[in-house]
Amino acid sequence: MMLRTEEMILNVGPQHPSTHGVFRLILKIDGEIIQEATPVIGYLHRGTEKIAEGLQYTQIIPYTDRMDYLSAMTNNYVLCHAVETMMGIEVPERAEYLRVLAMELGRIASHLVWWGTYLLDLGATSPFLYAFREREMIINLLNELSGARLTFNYMRIGGVKWDAPDGWIDKVKQFVPYMREKLHGYHELVTGNEIFRQRVTGVGRYTKEEAISYSLSGVNLRSTGVKWDLRKDEPYSIYDRFDFDVPVRDGGDCLARYECRMAEIEQSLRIIEQACEQFPPEGPIMGKVPRIIKAPPGETFVRIEAPRGEIGCYIASDGKKEPYRLKFRRPSFYNLQILPKLLKGQNLANVIAILGSIDIVLGEVDG
Amino acid sequence: MDEEKDLAQRKKEAAERAKQLARERLAAKQAAEQAKQAAETGDARSDDLNPSSDVSDGPANEAPGGAAQPPSAEDIASAKKRVAEEVRAKAAELRRQREAAESGAEDDLELAKKKAAAAAKARAAALAKQKAAEAAGSDDELAKQKAKAAAAAKARAAALAKQQGDAADDEAKQKAIAAAKAKAAAAARAKAAAAGEDGGAAKPSASSPNDPLLQKYVRIIEEHLGPDVLEDAYINRLAKDVPTLVVPKEAYYKVAEFLKYNEQLRFDYLSELHGTDFQTHMEVYVHLYSYPNRQPVALKVKIERDNPEVDSLVPLWPGANWPECEAYDLLGIRFRGHPNLIRIFLGEHWVGHPLRKDYEPYDAEV
Repeated sequence: MMLRTEEMILNVGPQHPSTHGVFRLILKIDGEIIQEATPVIGYLHRGTEKIAEGLQYTQIIPYTDRMDYLSAMTNNYVLCHAVETMMGIEVPERAEYLRVLAMELGRIASHLVWWGTYLLDLGATSPFLYAFREREMIINLLNELSGARLTFNYMRIGGVKWDAPDGWIDKVKQFVPYMREKLHGYHELVTGNEIFRQRVTGVGRYTKEEAISYSLSGVNLRSTGVKWDLRKDEPYSIYDRFDFDVPVRDGGDCLARYECRMAEIEQSLRIIEQACEQFPPEGPIMGKVPRIIKAPPGETFVRIEAPRGEIGCYIASDGKKEPYRLKFRRPSFYNLQILPKLLKGQNLANVIAILGSIDIVLGEVDG
Repeated sequence: MDEEKDLAQRKKEAAERAKQLARERLAAKQAAEQAKQAAETGDARSDDLNPSSDVSDGPANEAPGGAAQPPSAEDIASAKKRVAEEVRAKAAELRRQREAAESGAEDDLELAKKKAAAAAKARAAALAKQKAAEAAGSDDELAKQKAKAAAAAKARAAALAKQQGDAADDEAKQKAIAAAKAKAAAAARAKAAAAGEDGGAAKPSASSPNDPLLQKYVRIIEEHLGPDVLEDAYINRLAKDVPTLVVPKEAYYKVAEFLKYNEQLRFDYLSELHGTDFQTHMEVYVHLYSYPNRQPVALKVKIERDNPEVDSLVPLWPGANWPECEAYDLLGIRFRGHPNLIRIFLGEHWVGHPLRKDYEPYDAEV
């Protein structure tokens, strides 16, 4: 006997803990099956690009912190990198190493937040506590470096604002084996857990072709078997000096994305380890930069690898102190587009599992 | 001390602006003549190379075109395009020289004279400042006043010079035109030499590692779609040497489709799409990437500002969906054929498009 069902509209968010911010989903469901999912975004749109048109380049840096606030260092970097590319500024070695260390620590912190909250979404409480314990150590390290816990405002055009305090590199060195050990524990606790694996295997699956055509990047792309990491394939900063792998999975499902992120933590640790080894004992942290920074007339577009994928920065300059037009290519914004397609025909219980696996930050989605 | 530097900087800027203005007037006049000529030959074509610069710059770029001599480049399809590229290259060269001249090299007589005068003035001002500093010790106020007085004097002198310049306008113009022509000829010679080396497809005089890429794209596109679908093709040095194609609005979708499906190009990934309001026109910038070939390309299309409308790329790359909504929301660019063009951030009731340069915030309660 068939039960009679009828279509209904279910509203999720915008204030809902599992949306990780202010994100709203309008679900049209028939019984438990999703017929249609309509994302509604813009609740956190602050008009960063409009504001930036009235600011000098250095003044824009704090605004980038507030886009992807879980990985503000990469945002800092992409803006500085764009301006440096336009002006042809050379960044001193020591500054580059500090940048790489900061960015990779940030990447680990970001993946830890994702890991903790994703498992929280799926119903496991304790991983969240572990993840935040380790993340706190990273935040303390970055706090010592920049003076802020999340919105660092650390990088400058041509270098970084502060040199590493005494003993900081040693602390980072000590953190690496500690984190490795904890990571091993995470795998024992969660990755090998049969319940967890059954929950995420085959859920939210898409193919390589779909991932590429939907402009997915980062882990969302690599989980389908595309070996693509801008740190390796379009090397920027000093990433060509480190030996690290690009973790790739073929599944294209939530499990593949989980495994990719966990493997990336290990790779970031490898980079940090090498960067600490190679860290120049002394040297300037700011390059030769004109007192008033003016990008030459013209336009640039650069892209780098953020924890959530490809973050890009477009600048059109008319030679003034302020950008004529500034545009950020924000990976979460692009990655989220595929969600309606993934949710269609899924069971209601999978909504949060799929949404969580994309790893979005709403500050970045909304710009 | 810093403040003083600032002041000097500002003064310099002001002077430069004034100079720029004068030059622009000249250029505009030349452009007008040029346009007349072009209209006669039926080859009128406006192409603003440097979108971020001012309005009169675009036509001015084409000014030396009258004296253009096509170089002996082999692999460019149509003579018309060759001439156009020639003109652009020359304009670029001209601009470069102008800039070089500003930073200390010799320019034409008029400029040199002015500069010498300015330098003398600056020296005098510096001397005055120094004296003031010596006399008044730490009395900044006095020094500043003196500096101000000097600035005022300079401004007056500049105004006078301008008046005189206006009076002697015709003569100066003749001279300037002659100089420009000479420079254009020199540029043409340089260009010809460069063309001998790299086939003449790249616009910058120095070669880029991506030159072969650009040539490949242009060759394949022109072979299949004809020479009219490309307005311009160059290496964008400021953006890590990305090969950049500028297409007319009508050919935008056709070229995009070709870029995606052509066997040799296969740009399967849309990395970025956004619009910009350049005041004279709107522009959509698309950054594409080919994972099979590991090659990038930037695609640009100019659209009119009053009624900005262009084809949507969503049928080709579903990833263009939200970025196009964003461009519609913030700039008012409509994308024909978009499946669901909504104001994705601000909502349908928002008045105006904030990233347009003439945007006025609207608040019903104010």
